[in-house]
Amino acid sequence: MTVTQERVRRPQHVRTAGSRPDEDRRGALRRAVGRNLTAYGFLCGALICFALFSWYPMVREVILSFQENNFVDPGKWVGFDNFRTVIEDPAFRSAWLNTAIFSGLALVIGYAVPFVLAVVLNELKHAVGYLRFVVYLPVMLPPAVAVLLFKWFYDPGAGLFNQVLGSVGIPPLAWLDSTSTALVSLVLVSTWMNLGTGTLIYLAALQSIPGDLYESAELDGAGLFRRVLHVTIPQTKLILLVMLLLQVVATMQVFIEPYLLTGGGPENATVTVAYLMYQYAFNFGDFGGGSALGLMLMIVLLVFSTIYLRVSREAER
Amino acid sequence: MRTLVSPLSLRTPLGRTLYWTTLVVVVIGFTGAFVFPLYWMVTGALKSPDELAQIPPSFFPQNFDFSVYLDAWEQLQLGVFLKNTALYAGGAWLFTLAVDVSAAYALSKLRPVLGKLVLGAMLATLMIPPMVLLLPTYLVAKDLPLLHWDLLNTPWAIWLPAAANGFFVFLLKRFFDSIPRELLEAAEIDGASPLRILWSIILPISRPILGVVSILSVVTVWKDFVWPLLVLPETDKMSISVGIASLSAQMPQNVLIASLVIASLPTIIVFFIFQRSIMAGLTAGSLKG
Repeated sequence: MTVTQERVRRPQHVRTAGSRPDEDRRGALRRAVGRNLTAYGFLCGALICFALFSWYPMVREVILSFQENNFVDPGKWVGFDNFRTVIEDPAFRSAWLNTAIFSGLALVIGYAVPFVLAVVLNELKHAVGYLRFVVYLPVMLPPAVAVLLFKWFYDPGAGLFNQVLGSVGIPPLAWLDSTSTALVSLVLVSTWMNLGTGTLIYLAALQSIPGDLYESAELDGAGLFRRVLHVTIPQTKLILLVMLLLQVVATMQVFIEPYLLTGGGPENATVTVAYLMYQYAFNFGDFGGGSALGLMLMIVLLVFSTIYLRVSREAER
Repeated sequence: MRTLVSPLSLRTPLGRTLYWTTLVVVVIGFTGAFVFPLYWMVTGALKSPDELAQIPPSFFPQNFDFSVYLDAWEQLQLGVFLKNTALYAGGAWLFTLAVDVSAAYALSKLRPVLGKLVLGAMLATLMIPPMVLLLPTYLVAKDLPLLHWDLLNTPWAIWLPAAANGFFVFLLKRFFDSIPRELLEAAEIDGASPLRILWSIILPISRPILGVVSILSVVTVWKDFVWPLLVLPETDKMSISVGIASLSAQMPQNVLIASLVIASLPTIIVFFIFQRSIMAGLTAGSLKG
């Protein structure tokens, strides 16, 4: 206690009479050691959790993907064999293609729509609380519930979607059962349950645009559409870019939709990289192949994450 | 505040008509897209399997027989699943708060040697989504390095990874950074230990951010599917999402739908109560996630 008192009361450069320099230094050292010990005491829980479940798995993933493992004997190094096995699998091409299409479609639908919704919501002066609440409701459902709910809606017979289509005279679709519509059906569920997040984030960004920008654009004769183009979009450019990257990273990991809705079918039409990785490990018992897939996905996502990091640093400035 | 459409043009008769038309279209559209599916779910559970298969479907159920919810509760042992999920989410919440708050406090206020490096390593985990590390992380839970404990089918398999959350550490540290030093130094002079300072000064000031982190951590664990699917394979240990999904194939349609309703109630209720904090957490995460 006296130690801290001294430190606080006395300006650092002025030494009081009677204290010797080496004594001072030793005291400072002891304090520094004590402070560090306390700090690492507070940190140790987090260090253990991160080491076990974040840092070590990164290393382990690389090791696993270059080994053949039965988890009884020590792993055997096999070079790129796991990668070769996975790449030669006919499902490999489908998985990457489907993942890319899924992300692309999710961007086309799930990226523009929330922005438009937010722009419209921002103009409304009534029922805004209700609309904000409602658009976020699906986000609060557990994803498994939302996906199973849509599985029922997609039912080709009495399912809600075909009934709605039928009531406006459109012939029923096969939804999950056809190679041409299965992937789009997965995108629809995923968009429905995630739309609220983007909408509310954009809404917050729109509310920070200064009103006089619109004012002066209008005085310059800019119509509604040009005001969106020249004020709204430039003012929200960074958040739009950040959300774009976040969404790509999120949708590239798609798993629960194919797992619960289609099991990858029909004919590999909905196999995704994450789902194939799961299949390798837990259906084929091949953790090497699965980890090789995981590592490839990780590298692709790291590229997007790195760009994201750059952009979000820019956004903070 | 001035927005895209000028207040002047809203005052003209045409502007007013357009505004009200837009409002009505948006309200109906949103209700149709986001509320109607939930209505369809709640009423779908009340319909008999015959009525569910009927074309065209009935808008209102023919009779309001709520016993299907009781059937769902019993046949799918929803009580067990809900209790499990509450245990996982509640424990993860306590554990996450204890671990991440003390880590953020150490990094923000005690500033140890290599603190920057530790923080950097924790934030770096945000760049790599947990999904791509699913297999090695599963193996860690199955056979903990050095100790060789098998955490599968124990709550620890959920609690420990939940605390390794770089985003929470970041949010908390940023908030702690904004607490003025003088406040802590005054307490130090009075002889308060670091733990005491954390407990009686920092935590009371940090209530808003603690609220955001609490809700985020509980909701994340509650909604999670892939991880509990892997680490809690025993039927008696399953979380609600995994439990319903794994039993869904054997259930009559209306019982399954009733169980979906029951499974979505807890998070919807949480949303009703904590709407403000949840939305605050959303925008906190948007820029810095």
